[in-house]
Amino acid sequence: MRTVAVVGASLAGLSAARSLRGQGYDGRLVVIGDEPHRPYDRPPLSKEFLAGAVTEAELSLEADDEDLGAEWLLGARAVGLGTRERSVRLADDREVRADGVVIATGATARTLPGSAGLTGVHVVRTLDDARALRDDLARGGRLVVVGGGFVGAEVVSTARGMGLEVTFVVAGPAPLSGVLGRDMAAAVSPLHGDHGVRLLCGTGVRGVTCGPGDRSGAERGRVSAVLLDDGRRLPADIVVLGIGAVPCTGWLEGSGVALGDGVRCGADGTTSVPGVVAVGDCAAWYDPAAAVHRRIEHWTGAKERAPAAVAALLSGGAAPFATPRPPYFWSDQYGVRIQFAGHAAHADTVTVEDGDPADRSFLAVYRRAGHPVAVLGVARTKEFTRRRRQLAADAARTATA
Amino acid sequence: MVIPVCRLDDLPRGESCRLETDPPVAVFHTEDGEIHAIDDTCTHQDASLSDGWLEGCWVECPLHASKFDLRTGRVDAPPARLPVRTHEVVVRDGVIHVVLSDAPPNLPPSCVAARMAGGAV
Repeated sequence: MRTVAVVGASLAGLSAARSLRGQGYDGRLVVIGDEPHRPYDRPPLSKEFLAGAVTEAELSLEADDEDLGAEWLLGARAVGLGTRERSVRLADDREVRADGVVIATGATARTLPGSAGLTGVHVVRTLDDARALRDDLARGGRLVVVGGGFVGAEVVSTARGMGLEVTFVVAGPAPLSGVLGRDMAAAVSPLHGDHGVRLLCGTGVRGVTCGPGDRSGAERGRVSAVLLDDGRRLPADIVVLGIGAVPCTGWLEGSGVALGDGVRCGADGTTSVPGVVAVGDCAAWYDPAAAVHRRIEHWTGAKERAPAAVAALLSGGAAPFATPRPPYFWSDQYGVRIQFAGHAAHADTVTVEDGDPADRSFLAVYRRAGHPVAVLGVARTKEFTRRRRQLAADAARTATA
Repeated sequence: MVIPVCRLDDLPRGESCRLETDPPVAVFHTEDGEIHAIDDTCTHQDASLSDGWLEGCWVECPLHASKFDLRTGRVDAPPARLPVRTHEVVVRDGVIHVVLSDAPPNLPPSCVAARMAGGAV
C-alpha cells in the first residue's frame, strides 16, 4: 500500500494513524477531518472544559513531539467515496486517491425539529459546541437539559456545580436507563435530586419555543421554553439537547460500502469493500458472542479497536484478531465516578454485591444464566477494575473455547 | 521523607494500595514480586493509578488507558504526555517503606487548579 487515507481526525482516526505507523506502514498517510481542529479529547467537553478547569490546549490528544508523518487535511469534509478506484471526494471538490481507507467519521448530535438556529439551544459534540455552551452557562439563568444519556447527565452535574438552576427532562424511567438497565439507573438517579436538580422522567419533548426578541435584535430568536409531551411548558434561558447521535455515514451512500446503523463491519473492522475498514462511533462491528452488529460509542472502543482494524487493512483481512475487551465507559457526576463494562441488555439478573446505593457508593454485577456479563461501579473504582479484568478474561476465554 | 506503607504480607502480588499523602502515592506489588511506588494521579486527568490495570511492571490508567512503566514512570502513548514521578521503595523488617521523591510531581491540570484553589485533590 502506498497511500492510506484516514477519514476522521478525532480519537478513532488518530488511533488508526498511530496504529498504521506502529504496525510498520511507511507510505503516504493522509488524515482528513471536517473540523478545523487537531485531534482533541471530547469527554471533558461536558465536564471540566465546560466548568473552565481545563483549557483547549489541554484537550489535545497528541504528544508535543509526536510526528506521524501525516498530511492533515483539516476543515475538509468528505462527501463521497469511490470504491472502484478508491478515492475520497471532499466538499471543495478535491480528491484523495488511496490504496487503503479508514472510515472514522464518528457521529453527529441529534437535534429537535425546529430548534436549529435558535440562540440558547445547544448540543455538546464538538469543541465549538462546548465553547458556545460554556459562554452561555457563564451568563447564568434557567437551564433545561433534555435527554437521559451521559452527555445530558454530565452537563446537568457541571451546571449545578456552576450554580445554575437545572431541570433535567428524561424520556425513559431514569437517566442512563438505556445503558445501565432500569434497576441500576433507578439506583444511580437520586444523585441528581441530592444536588438540587429537578428531574422529570417518563416524558418526551414536543419542541422548544423562542422569545419575542429585544429591540436591538441581538436576542431575537432566543429560546424561551421547552414544551413537554404532556403539555407542560418549562421556561428556559438555555437548553441542552443530549438526545443521542447518528453515525456520519451519509457520504458513503451509493459507495458500495454496506450500511446499517453505521458502517457494517466484520469482527475486525473490515467493511463490505476490500481495502476499506471502519472504526469508532460510525462503525457497527460484528460481535460474535451476541451475533449482532452494533456501534460502540465509547472512548475506549475508539482507541482499542483501531489497531485491529489497521491490522486487517494492512493484511487484507488475513490478520488474526483478538477479542476486544468488553465495552467500557465512565462518567463523572457530582464528583462521583460511575464506571460500567459489558452489556447490561444481555443480563437476566443484576445484584448489588458491595456497598449500598443509599450511600451513593456500590458495585453491581449483571449476570445471564449465572455468568457475569456486565459490571457497574459507583464510587468503587478499585473493586471495579478487579471485576472488569475478570469480565475481560471471561470474554476472551469464551471466544477461544 | 520515609513513609511506612504496610507489611509486605498484607500486599499480595498483583495488588496495589494508595497512600493518602499530598499528592497521593500508589504502591504496587507486581506478579513477579517487585514492589514499586509512583504518584497515584495520572499525569493527564484526575484518575487514581492504584485503581488501574496492572500488567507486568506497567499500569494502565483506568480512564484513558495510557500506560506507565512502574520502574521509570515513562508513559507509553498519549493522551497522557508526561511521565509519572517515581519513588524509591525499601522493604525493612517485612514492612514496605516509600522514600518520597524530592522531584516536582507531574499532576494533571485539573488537579493543579484544585490544589491552587485549596480544594481537595
